[in-house]
Amino acid sequence: MADLMTHGAILIIAIPLLAAFLTPLVGMASQKARNILVVVSLLFVVVLVFALARDISINGIHVYTLGATAPEVTTPGNFIVPVRIILEVDGMSMLMAMLWSIVSLAAAIFSFSHIANETGQNRFYTLLLLMVTGGFGMMFTGDLFNLFVFLEIASISGAALIAYRTKFADTQEGGFKYIVVSAIASLMVLFAIGLLYAQYNLLNIGALAEVIQYTTVDKIALALLLIAFTIKAGMVPLHLWFPDAYSVAPASITGMLVITSHACMYAAFRVCFSLYGNMLDAPVVGWILIVFGLLSMFVGVTMAIFQKDVMRFMSYHAISQLGYMWVGVGVGLAVLGNAELLATYGRDAMSGGIFHILNHAMYKPLLFFTGGALFHMTGTRDLSKMGGLAHKMKWTAILYIIGTLSISGIPPLNGFSSKILIYESVYQFNAILTITGIVVSILTLASFTKAFHSAFMGAELPEYGKVTEVPKSMIIGMAILAAGIVFITLFPSLVVDRAIQPAADALINQGAYIDAITGAIP
Amino acid sequence: MDYIPLDFPFLAAALLVGISFYIIIFKKNLTKLIMGVAMLASGVNLFLVALGYRAGANAPIYTDVPEGPMVMSIPQALTLTSIVINVAVLALMLTMVIHIYRHTGTLDSEKSRKMKG
Amino acid sequence: MLSKIVRTAANQLIVFIAVFGLYVIAHGHITPGGGFQGGAIIVSGVVMLLVAFSSHEIKKGLRERVLSVVESSGALVFIILAFAGIGTVFFYNLLLGTPLFGGIPATGPGPGNIWTGGIIPLMNFAVGLKVIAGLSAVVLALALFSSGEEVEE
Repeated sequence: MADLMTHGAILIIAIPLLAAFLTPLVGMASQKARNILVVVSLLFVVVLVFALARDISINGIHVYTLGATAPEVTTPGNFIVPVRIILEVDGMSMLMAMLWSIVSLAAAIFSFSHIANETGQNRFYTLLLLMVTGGFGMMFTGDLFNLFVFLEIASISGAALIAYRTKFADTQEGGFKYIVVSAIASLMVLFAIGLLYAQYNLLNIGALAEVIQYTTVDKIALALLLIAFTIKAGMVPLHLWFPDAYSVAPASITGMLVITSHACMYAAFRVCFSLYGNMLDAPVVGWILIVFGLLSMFVGVTMAIFQKDVMRFMSYHAISQLGYMWVGVGVGLAVLGNAELLATYGRDAMSGGIFHILNHAMYKPLLFFTGGALFHMTGTRDLSKMGGLAHKMKWTAILYIIGTLSISGIPPLNGFSSKILIYESVYQFNAILTITGIVVSILTLASFTKAFHSAFMGAELPEYGKVTEVPKSMIIGMAILAAGIVFITLFPSLVVDRAIQPAADALINQGAYIDAITGAIP
Repeated sequence: MDYIPLDFPFLAAALLVGISFYIIIFKKNLTKLIMGVAMLASGVNLFLVALGYRAGANAPIYTDVPEGPMVMSIPQALTLTSIVINVAVLALMLTMVIHIYRHTGTLDSEKSRKMKG
Repeated sequence: MLSKIVRTAANQLIVFIAVFGLYVIAHGHITPGGGFQGGAIIVSGVVMLLVAFSSHEIKKGLRERVLSVVESSGALVFIILAFAGIGTVFFYNLLLGTPLFGGIPATGPGPGNIWTGGIIPLMNFAVGLKVIAGLSAVVLALALFSSGEEVEE
């Protein structure tokens, strides 16, 4: 078992890749075997992720060098700097990996019935597994260029999956917007990597963090990296592609794409905290993140109120909830230089933001899946055409209610736990942030209640007489996420102590990140 | 090559990036947008290869190389990876534009928009 | 379908292009080149055939199932070679020092020896196979789209 744990990090990335390459061959033989292959590989990855998380909480940061004589040999014999592709896994990476593994398993199970009538399903599952690989690669890597490569893998497979249903026109338009925006953002990341390499001849994040200073070229590189990652994570004012792309995709893919946005947000945090650390002008960058986070919260919820398309409505709410995370971690970044304020409320604000990432990853895909269930049964996404579906689709209605109570921050569900943590710590920084957060929560609750009323309540419409409950695999997919919500609801302090506080500490503690790479000289 | 100043590749890369941003923001034809993204990729690739150059050095190959320093080889590896990725992105974009043309009959981005608000 | 002169010339040239492409793939570890570059050269030869003969003719020769199987097996060989060294570390070059491709290259200037490099030449072949199959499928699908044929799955 210990042997499996030393190779754990690379196995989590390589097993979905192997399954992705096996899927076309197996799928040509039989469809059931391919479905079983997908589920078994994702289940194995979930088990590995949780075992590795336990191992890291006991033993500290894991470093894995691909192709060396032993996993921790980052600087072999006669080299002065670390060479080869190095994976570096700490608390924050493991938190993201845990939620990505659960959401991808739920999405794969949901897809079994949702796309059962489409052609070309082999390609769908291959692309889904490639997207899983890309996500894990972004979360585990310790190397800037590797981050770029896995970001592109996830973006290309995501765009191909958005445009999967080729018989509709709007899917193609959404996919086109997604791939153009992703290509531009990735090329900006590559430009910034080139700038940093020209200055310091290093690509490894830990090795760069030791020698980086804050010259003009470094400021340009930081600006390019932050703009690129915030474009991909849907921050206002660069969010215009977000609802178009996320509303037309198959519902399971939209759930996974939300986590890809979280992973890009994670990459932005890696750059700010672990790469630049205390070198950057912490109050300025922190305040920029806070201001745009506030704007995202507000614009997201106000644009969502008058949407008729149910998936578009939920994507605007996703923008608004992502704003909460930017505000929480932005407050932590703004007080990064000031150790006393950091201990008072900075660390709690970061914990709140990171906890909100975990909660959002549980309830947002659940809400998207219920939207997908509505589309599957009625054939339309337009809320004004639906009505009275609660009579037949009882489970979907209950799961939708759980999701609504979570997203609005109603106690005792998990959304409330993270929002109260953000409100209490951010209030000590600046009171306006808390007040805006509370107002946005109230507006969120109002808009979701209106959508519930128009879709589920009311008399049964005659054209939906044949509607039944959705197929079992879709219910199982949604139930996995609902089980995650219930777990976090029942044990919030356990989750915060064991998973969230270590993640916040891992981001703040840049020294440990550097020592794991450079301290391992044989 | 002493009469071309060493900054020239960087100026060319900046020009390519600038023109491509102009095309992406201001042009309406979808095919021109794809060409703009391809030009942006070329500009960034040129920048990456140019930053590895050392004056008077040889190509980074072992076989029969003359004595002396070698040009930096890591940016060339980065450029290669970037070219491969951009091939995939361009293929995907072209396929989507073909589908959009089939469904809406026009390549104008204003007229083929279906989603507003 | 273009004229007879073009078709005959294309038939003759494809042999040279294929040999040159395979040379670039095989010598990827000692000269500039490698899996993707050689594969792209061969695919440019396939594009030449697509232009000379119409895409309907080429479609009869390159069936979609065969391309899919070749592509997946190329990728599988690559990832299995990467897994083969997992006793030490993933991607470990376990053929160094063995008689198959295992010579240590002489550092410094000198003629390159092709029997060096460990698993790198084998991975080059796998990647080259995948690139040929994948890009040919892409190019064939685009050509069939533009000539108005039905959507290929």
